[in-house]
Amino acid sequence: MTQYAMVIDTKTCIGCSDCVVACKTENNVPAGLNRDWVVEATRGTYPNLTTEFRSERCNHCSHATCVYTCPTGASHYWRDSNIVLVDAAKCTGCKACIAACPYDARLIMHPDGYIDKCTFCHHRVEKGLDPACVSTCPTRCMHFGVLDDPNTLVSRLLKSRDYKVLLSETGNQPNVYYLV
Amino acid sequence: MIEEILVTARSNPKVDPSLGIWSWEIPMYLFLGGLTAGIMCFAALIILLKKEDQAPWAARNMVIWAPVLLTVGMGALFLDLEHKLYVYRFYTTFQISSPMSWGSWILLLVYPASILLILCSIRDTYPRLAGLVDRFSIGRWITTYACSHRQQVAQWSLLLGVFLGFYTGILLSAFSARPFWNTGFLAPLFLTSGLSSAAALVVLGSRSQSERLMFARYDIGLISLELALIALLLVNLATGTAVQLEALSHVISGDFAIRFWLYFVCLGLLVPVVLNYLEISGRRIWVFVSPVLVLYGGYMLRLITVEVGQVSRWTHYVPSFDPALLDLLR
Repeated sequence: MTQYAMVIDTKTCIGCSDCVVACKTENNVPAGLNRDWVVEATRGTYPNLTTEFRSERCNHCSHATCVYTCPTGASHYWRDSNIVLVDAAKCTGCKACIAACPYDARLIMHPDGYIDKCTFCHHRVEKGLDPACVSTCPTRCMHFGVLDDPNTLVSRLLKSRDYKVLLSETGNQPNVYYLV
Repeated sequence: MIEEILVTARSNPKVDPSLGIWSWEIPMYLFLGGLTAGIMCFAALIILLKKEDQAPWAARNMVIWAPVLLTVGMGALFLDLEHKLYVYRFYTTFQISSPMSWGSWILLLVYPASILLILCSIRDTYPRLAGLVDRFSIGRWITTYACSHRQQVAQWSLLLGVFLGFYTGILLSAFSARPFWNTGFLAPLFLTSGLSSAAALVVLGSRSQSERLMFARYDIGLISLELALIALLLVNLATGTAVQLEALSHVISGDFAIRFWLYFVCLGLLVPVVLNYLEISGRRIWVFVSPVLVLYGGYMLRLITVEVGQVSRWTHYVPSFDPALLDLLR
């Protein structure tokens, strides 16, 4: 399985939300729906506070419970990679995948009714481009690439910096990494 | 202290601010599926244990409700789908890792099993209906086949009934993202509840006093088992991780506490078990009250489980700025 990963540097993310706008524009996401979002996380007790901005989306997990739970195979891995896509022609809208996602990253596409989510802009990836959110980031804090190759930027970033993933305890093996 | 606020909007309908993808349709389907499982299990067991003389209504009359109730349940399931025209996709594949896929195919097997179970006693129980079936050569053939293979039909019906009852619980427990559901106790709990509901249906439907008392006794045992399983489920949550403790708090002290303890445990379990005990002790009570409460309790179990499970989660984003949160950081 080709392992695609997104690496986001929380030290340089300023929470501008350009990534959210770029995603909506690139993927024609209807008004009122979000494939990605930005979280401001504050920790500590005043005056010792730290703040972190995180651009979040579907984590395209290597062990995605949404894929295993789907009764029709609509949720599937794209071309032997970890990019999780939804085939609208197979989706019944049962919402089992929404219930299965610990990140609540999926949405119901209105008015059609099939399930939708971040696709890592696979239509751009297959042309060798980065996802729209990564391309648009003004601080260049977002990176995308293949983890199987140790020489890619994402591989080198994860080797050289401390990082975390969200909710690793769920066992889904997410592939969006946050440099801390 | 940690506080996580959404900087951008995230208000995907039925997902934010808390999950609300399934409303009454799924609990109704789970309840009717469990009831169908109970009906098939009891009918099959009575045939296999050769107790038809003691429980004729349960063995022969009640089973006609199985395909009817299951159809209503599947109708509710269909209403829940967001992409309805593609419902046939459930049957173009079998996804071995998906409990929902298992359930789709089990349901397909339950129908013929329940119909064979009806047919194997239809000529004695529903002669007019048998006459209608016998008008067609295929109907005559299937009825004769079912009558001559009664034991095998009962064995398969028992197996499928147990699978159906378990599957309704495994369907929810497979969702590890919902801490309230993620327990192995849901499968036996839902099967036991289904059996209890079927026993209540016998008490409601049978005209034989001895049969009603027999199933009232069974129901006392089944409700007691249900209470034990619920207690174990709560203990499992109480001795679990932070997300499980939070899930438990919804039914102990949160918004669902009154519904869980008063409407479900008291009215749906404790009151019926007391009434059943009074009945088998020879006290005069209104016979219909206890079974109606048991059926109500069966539905409430699924309704509360589905609702609390959706509210339990791993993430806790605050959807908009709340000045009161500043106090948490001081």
